[in-house]
Amino acid sequence: MKNKLLAGPYLLWMVVFTLIPLGIVVYYAFTDSMTGSFTLSNLAKIGIYLPIFFRSIGLAAIACMICLVIGYPVAYCIASVGETWRRFLSMLVMLPMCMSFLLRTLAWVALLEDTGILNHALSLLGIGPLPLVRNNGAVILGMVYNYLPYMITPLYTVILKIDPKLEEAAQDLGCSGAQVFRRVTLPLSIPGIVSGITMVFVPAVSTFYISQKLGGTGTVLIGDVIESQFKTAYNPNLGAALSLILMVMVLICVGVMNHFSSDDIGEEMMPL
Amino acid sequence: MTLLRRTVCVLLAVLLALPFAAGALTTPASAADSDVTINVYNWGQYISDGTDGYIDVNAAFTEATGIKVNYMTFDTNESLYTKLKTGGSTYDIIVPSDYMAGRLIAEDLVQEIDFGNIPNYAYIDEAYKNTAYDPDNRYSVPYTWGTTGVIYNTKYVDPADIGGWDLLWNSKYAGKILMFDNNRDAFAIAESSLGYSLNTTSESELRACSELLAPQKPVIQQYVMDQIYDKMIGEEAWIAPYYAGDFLMMQEENEDLEFYFPEEGFNLFIDCMMIPTSAEHKAEAEAYINFLLDPAICGENLDYLGYSAPETAAKEYMDPEMAENEIAYPSAEVLANSESFLYLPQETNQLMDSLWLEVKTGGGSTTGMLVTFLVIVAAVLAVLIGYSIRKRRRKARRGKYYHAK
Repeated sequence: MKNKLLAGPYLLWMVVFTLIPLGIVVYYAFTDSMTGSFTLSNLAKIGIYLPIFFRSIGLAAIACMICLVIGYPVAYCIASVGETWRRFLSMLVMLPMCMSFLLRTLAWVALLEDTGILNHALSLLGIGPLPLVRNNGAVILGMVYNYLPYMITPLYTVILKIDPKLEEAAQDLGCSGAQVFRRVTLPLSIPGIVSGITMVFVPAVSTFYISQKLGGTGTVLIGDVIESQFKTAYNPNLGAALSLILMVMVLICVGVMNHFSSDDIGEEMMPL
Repeated sequence: MTLLRRTVCVLLAVLLALPFAAGALTTPASAADSDVTINVYNWGQYISDGTDGYIDVNAAFTEATGIKVNYMTFDTNESLYTKLKTGGSTYDIIVPSDYMAGRLIAEDLVQEIDFGNIPNYAYIDEAYKNTAYDPDNRYSVPYTWGTTGVIYNTKYVDPADIGGWDLLWNSKYAGKILMFDNNRDAFAIAESSLGYSLNTTSESELRACSELLAPQKPVIQQYVMDQIYDKMIGEEAWIAPYYAGDFLMMQEENEDLEFYFPEEGFNLFIDCMMIPTSAEHKAEAEAYINFLLDPAICGENLDYLGYSAPETAAKEYMDPEMAENEIAYPSAEVLANSESFLYLPQETNQLMDSLWLEVKTGGGSTTGMLVTFLVIVAAVLAVLIGYSIRKRRRKARRGKYYHAK
């Protein structure tokens, strides 16, 4: 009973600042911007924006996979070194997050643009300006750079908690190093992978700042469209409808992933 | 040792007292009775702020009247409109352009100004009174006026290519061309190119404009507003349509920049000061407007800005070079080729909004993206399904093993 009371303030916060705004989003999504009457036309516009949804999900998914491939070895390494090093390394991972996200993205622009630092250095070597910015690759780079800590942190926490005795037992029973990793460590770190992917994918799919700064005219993401509806076009109804669709898509993606991962954990541990 | 300690103590005491001393020195006597702060919402880079030895207008106003200024900036008329419409923030002074001023008046978002508090209004030239957007001079006071045109970098752009708006479509400079990031200015360029009025309400003409703007996208580096400064000065981009006044400011930083008025025609605009209905300090806002109209202040401010003054009296206080500049004050012959924006009906605004959104979001490598997306979905599904099938098989095998045991 006492515990429930303690959660009270946050529950109240959730109702006031999450559930009620969500209700407003739904209301706007289903009403007409001129008359305020019920309409499905905002949601029907998804047809026009489908390619942009695909682009957003595609780029976010690629960024997610790259984060996983880069992040897993890093997390594994941090979890396996000694206490002092572990603290130092995890601090290094978190350090960039102490600086403004906007500033870090702008710094990439200064590095990559045609008259930027990298191209300037290349021109000294006689290599012409390379198109490093304003393309899909630069947007993915921005996503990976900004969201990598969100992948490493949950992975590292989960890997750290794996009981070393399990790995020792597998070795005693004749598993090779690779087999230990594949059959013990990897399955046990799936919860970390799932929460890492979620924490990278969700902000990446809805980002607008990264695509505006590092992207070009051909890399408009759904976040940009939603932002423009609220900021300049003054059509909150369409903005709300697109947000709602994005939210449903993200929930489906995350739901599918959680579904597959949740039956894994318990069963994979059985033979041990 | 004691001497050192004493010195440190004294220094610390001085440091602590410094803010108070500074406050006492800079605050004029009249400030004591006024504790009002007005919220001014203006365009970015649109007031002389004390750089390069020019006047700091807001500081001068506070010094003269004791009223403090909380100065904020926006980058398009449309974002100003959205801010006002959604509420939540109160501004005492806003500076929309002509067509937006008309829209704000029509939607009751601004209030009538008490011209009794603005004696300096007498200095305003007749040409900037009784405008189409405010025919009875009740809601607005002109701040500056100006024109749009094309800025280009002489180092990279062939003189044979300049002259018209078509330079913005020239694929020779692909990736080095910038474009307006607001629908009204962007459509105006297309309208001039096609020979339409800048105030057309015809749906077919607007659609023709968007069909002209859509294929421009591949040669455009980015749709920008205030970022244009860094990009043009730093030579990241070579060609951009923008406001003449801003060009004069950019040219001071980079002498290779040049400007021309496109032969097909261009926009002539007036930016005016208005007081929103929700303003909390109307009288102080009027004092601010009056201060900006003072010929000395107006002259010094616009000398720095490069935008054109709506009062001839202000020219006396400008650098003569600026007062006679042909880009800031084009001849009547050049201006004959210009057209002002009018306030358009709501349906036209909405149509332009959605067409502009289609221009900005449409096209691109749609099929490529679709293929990538499908490949990713297929790959993820394959991994997940393969994984669960394998597991089920293993489970079945394991079951057999357990039974056999």
